[in-house]
Amino acid sequence: MALLSVRGLTTRFRTDRGALTAVDDVSFDLDEGETLAIVGESGSGKSVTALSLMRLIAQPAGQIVAGSAMFEGKDLLSLPEEEMRSVRGDRIAMIFQEPMTSLNPSISVGAQVGEPMVLHRGSTWQAAMAKAGELLDRVRLPDARARVNAYPHQFSGGQRQRAMIAMALACQPRLIIADEPTTALDVTVQAQILALLKELTRETGAALILITHDLGVVARYADRVAVMYGGRMVETASARALYRTPRHPYTEGLLASIPRLDQVAGRRLIPIEGQPPDLTRLPPGCAFRPRCRRATAACETTRPALAEAAPGHWKACLNDAA
Amino acid sequence: MRAYLVRRLLALVPTLFFASLIVFSTVRMIPGDIIDMMIAQNDIGSKVSRQALEAALGLDQPMFTQYLAWVSGILLHGDFGKSLWQQSPVLEEILTRIPVTFELGIMALIVALTVAIPIGVISALRQDSWGDYIGRSFSILMLAVPGFWMGTMVMVFPSIWWGISPEVKFVPFHEDPWGNFIQMAIPAVILGTSLSAVTMRMTRTMMLEVLRQDYIRTAWAKGQNERGVVIRHALRNALIPVVTLIGLQAPILIGGAVIMEQIFVIPGMGLLLLEAVSRRDYPVITAVFLIVGVAVVLINLLVDLSYGLLDPKVRFR
Repeated sequence: MALLSVRGLTTRFRTDRGALTAVDDVSFDLDEGETLAIVGESGSGKSVTALSLMRLIAQPAGQIVAGSAMFEGKDLLSLPEEEMRSVRGDRIAMIFQEPMTSLNPSISVGAQVGEPMVLHRGSTWQAAMAKAGELLDRVRLPDARARVNAYPHQFSGGQRQRAMIAMALACQPRLIIADEPTTALDVTVQAQILALLKELTRETGAALILITHDLGVVARYADRVAVMYGGRMVETASARALYRTPRHPYTEGLLASIPRLDQVAGRRLIPIEGQPPDLTRLPPGCAFRPRCRRATAACETTRPALAEAAPGHWKACLNDAA
Repeated sequence: MRAYLVRRLLALVPTLFFASLIVFSTVRMIPGDIIDMMIAQNDIGSKVSRQALEAALGLDQPMFTQYLAWVSGILLHGDFGKSLWQQSPVLEEILTRIPVTFELGIMALIVALTVAIPIGVISALRQDSWGDYIGRSFSILMLAVPGFWMGTMVMVFPSIWWGISPEVKFVPFHEDPWGNFIQMAIPAVILGTSLSAVTMRMTRTMMLEVLRQDYIRTAWAKGQNERGVVIRHALRNALIPVVTLIGLQAPILIGGAVIMEQIFVIPGMGLLLLEAVSRRDYPVITAVFLIVGVAVVLINLLVDLSYGLLDPKVRFR
């Protein structure tokens, strides 16, 4: 049985330019200890998917309008706010994209890392601070125990992200959602942070949803991949299958547009033409149609649903090629 | 930290020097000098000549000589001079008045903050709700209604409607603390609410700003409730600029106290100053101004030091 089972998640936003559906009918399952990467361009709905699961969508502009997300026997989307609070930071933890601004500048790092213990385990602040020292040590922050009383401005970006990971681990969550955890970091630090995250989730048996726009990251760290485009999930498969035989034209385009070390020298990278769709003005058919090389007349009118193209490999495309 | 304090206190010296120059020369420029007043009031014009009076009060000396004598008296003997009317030492008079004004100022500040910060926070949390509109309208109203008008209304209307009026005879704190509190409460509330308007707006704006920050989302994500998010994670960061504002309002607070003391007949520094100005009692006026100057500078120093408590990035060097 899956740890998390999302069905038909739909989140809408009211904006100055009109209403838009940021996440449209997204469904996926996540097993215990599994790492799922959600991949897509900015505005594809991957972050909103994560925030919807945590019920942290900015209201009243944003609303989860449909769907369910069964987690440990409870539907996260219909849980009363108070029960949802006891899930956040305890059963499900989240790591954000911007380590520079995601920590509170006026509270010591130790107190922020230990805070979930106080909130969910009834721990005293003193015990929480001691535990924070252990956690910071575990994420290999240099000189961790001496630095529980330091403030975020005394940490580098990579160190802050380590502190965020320590905070996420505080209550041994069953699921960690990492929203582009390395986008704001130096390339050398990125690899360290991802390796650390992967190692710690393996050790604790927590499942991981890794949100990223970097397919290179996906190949190394994810078991399964879900590709999002225009708020919809367009393809999902095991990481291996997705790389070997991408079945959606968008995924193909993504893979063709990244440089690979094993590619034939002199081969040109092929960009995906055009711009990501404007979510307030989505075309009636397939959202990817204006940029798709294989679009047919049917693509203009019919919105393709996710269908199983091979065992465990789903795609939302009307074309049968590939 | 100590070096910082010493430097800040040393900076007082030039500030006070220029303040003393300005104060000393401007009070002597007020039309109608003390000699005119003395002659008019006591009807002694026929008996004593103007020159004799000036010589008796030391006002016949060049202004520069007078200034030097005044400054050296303060620096060498701690002597702020004598009142030209009562011939009593100015400092003694001021020392009995400072606690009264200080009490009024502190009470007004407490009123201002207890009104401003909760309304500002609630207004930000429930942005564009009825509570927000009411809070903001109240603050605009308080900003628009002058304290002296409010004070006068509070003095006048209850006595017309219900035949009650505030005690006019001042009750000192050490004689009757409760009676004193009751007496000070009305001017403190009026002064405090008019000060609260700007502080409330600043609190609201800063809270709205802080609540949009990424670390607030982090606080929600770890399972904090609204109370924890607001009090533990947002308020402290939002209050840093509010504290600056409180420091900047210190002169307004003191100016307001002068008016309230006049309306409610509270014998503080403000009343002393008003009386002194209307009687051209130069030594009293200059001394009061100088002490108010010191107070404003010290309040701002305290404000700067309080940043250290609120913002861990601040280090005093």
